[in-house]
Amino acid sequence: MTEPLLGDAVPAAAPGAGSNGIAASDRPVFELLDVEKRFAVSRPAGFLKREKRSLAALDGVRLTVRRGASIALVGESGSGKSTLLRVLLGLAEPSDGKALYFGQPVNEVRAQSRDFARSVAMIYQDARASLDPRMTVTALIAEPLLHFGLCGREAVGERVAALLSRVGLPAEIAERYPAALSGGQVRRVAIARALAAEPTVLIADEAVSGLDVSTQAQLLNLLRRLKREMGLTLLFITHDLGVASYLCEEIAIMYLGRIVETGPTDAVLSAPAHPYSRALRHAAPEFFAPITDPLEGEIPSPLDLPTGCRFASRCPRVEEDCLTAEPILAPIAPGRTVACRHPLDAEDHPALPQITASAPAAGSPAGGAGVSA
Amino acid sequence: MAVGEASLDPSTVPAGKAAARAKKPRRKSLFLRRPFFSLALLVALGFVLCAVFAPFIAPYDPTAQSIEAMMAPPGPDHLLGTDSFGKDILSRIIFGARYALTIGIVAVLIGAGGGLVLGLAAGLSTGWLEWALMRLIDSILALPSLILAIAIIAILGQGVDKVILAVGISLVGPFSRTVRSDVLQVKTQLFIEAAHLMSIPRLTVIRRHILPNVFFPLLVQITVRISEAILVSSSLSFLGIGVTPPTPDWGLMIAEGRGFVSFAPWMSGMPGMALAILLVALAIVGDAVREEFDPKLKRAQ
Repeated sequence: MTEPLLGDAVPAAAPGAGSNGIAASDRPVFELLDVEKRFAVSRPAGFLKREKRSLAALDGVRLTVRRGASIALVGESGSGKSTLLRVLLGLAEPSDGKALYFGQPVNEVRAQSRDFARSVAMIYQDARASLDPRMTVTALIAEPLLHFGLCGREAVGERVAALLSRVGLPAEIAERYPAALSGGQVRRVAIARALAAEPTVLIADEAVSGLDVSTQAQLLNLLRRLKREMGLTLLFITHDLGVASYLCEEIAIMYLGRIVETGPTDAVLSAPAHPYSRALRHAAPEFFAPITDPLEGEIPSPLDLPTGCRFASRCPRVEEDCLTAEPILAPIAPGRTVACRHPLDAEDHPALPQITASAPAAGSPAGGAGVSA
Repeated sequence: MAVGEASLDPSTVPAGKAAARAKKPRRKSLFLRRPFFSLALLVALGFVLCAVFAPFIAPYDPTAQSIEAMMAPPGPDHLLGTDSFGKDILSRIIFGARYALTIGIVAVLIGAGGGLVLGLAAGLSTGWLEWALMRLIDSILALPSLILAIAIIAILGQGVDKVILAVGISLVGPFSRTVRSDVLQVKTQLFIEAAHLMSIPRLTVIRRHILPNVFFPLLVQITVRISEAILVSSSLSFLGIGVTPPTPDWGLMIAEGRGFVSFAPWMSGMPGMALAILLVALAIVGDAVREEFDPKLKRAQ
């Protein structure tokens, strides 16, 4: 273990921990309180006329990220995952509601000091685009090291080499440019760069999608190992349920700008309570099983939201009261919440196969052929 | 020594060397892959050498007049003939290369410098400032470079330094437009957002991430636009409002020979040919540079 590199960063970087003492450390890392994010859009309404509408990308989102938690945020394209991420990172201000980081609004914390930028690191889905093409790998990884004053110029080479070996990259790529690296190597460089700041929270947007299965498995093993060794808080955006169950203890399922179900990953995936979660669960391909038609119809436009439950138009179990008022996220079991008037219970789940066993990423040799430390 | 012997004999080449050699043909032979480029580069370098060593190469004083040798056709004494004052055309072309290249390069650097500043400002600013800068760039662009250069000459007056300035200013428009579009493209890139996320100060982001990504396309633009600058400056001289006689400027020489085209065609033809050859050579070099170093095609080793 490369303990000295990042081991002591966990308690030190939490802002407010010093001034507020124990109370601050009990606070969740992130807290979203009824966050709304609306975008103004204009669309044609007759000849030479345009109509101003507001589009709610996020609509009353509540989410709590506790320290050390690992949460998978799952939902189809357009469900608001990326907007949620931008609000969380302080890149977008919520139109309504609050986004808190250790009890303080994210925007304020960001403006006040670099601590937030250092403690919360981001791995982009498009890792290649997130790296300056005119910088070498060394320069890219050195940038956060020098920016946050984590080491002097003379120690940069050593630190970069340590980080590269930590993410399983050979030292000789240090002087290469991103254009000369493979997709998997670029992701690792992005991860090394994120880790260079010694963060306490790692936010990853589809960090392993689009890679071949063995590279995916290596990166997942790497992330899991890093989470364990460094006590990282992990927020992982994905639409791969196998990835979610392998890496994350908790799961939050989004549909059309709302979180419709949260809970421990295993419990939610083995017995989803929201009909949409079940549809997602069934849409995950299984070996030796025909792929069922998951959901009828398209996701409704967020410009024309149905009254009542926004899933009602596609829900196989829709009832009359679903169309009148929107259900709110309410607890149904310890640690589990669901936004549905007629949640599914255990009898509704005949023999769902274990997703962890069948998902290719998680099923691959865990640790064996994976990343060499 | 051992290495030299080993590489001669393929059977004894170590594995690492063999791999390195397998990769080599892709990178090495720029000159073999682009024969026209090599030729054009040689021609352009030839002009540069002429410009630098003009006093040693030119057979005559470029401004010396001679009554005996007035309008002599190309021959052993005067390889490219003489003009109506008996000045040796070859010597004037050789010295003229100095003016053509100096004016072209310095003017392009002025244009590129101004374009970089204006383009960066327009690309990075927002609101009314962006609007004002864009209208400024648009109004510079609305006039063709030559017309704009004529207008500036009209204000500044004639002379080599004024021509350089006029041509340089006339190039600010095109340069700032390309710089601005590069800035707009770069600043929406994810790595800029990533830098912002890291709370890196705005000026540092501009210096560290935006400028380098804008600078290389600008270098390509510079090589491509040198020929344009030379053409505009020669046009100014041809119109009689650029460099003043008896400076050995190609445009001026073409203009001077214009009245004698029917019985002494070499007077205009020779400097015209020199101008055409240099412009074509520079255009080919510029295109090759653009294709080789286009950031979208670039693969660093």
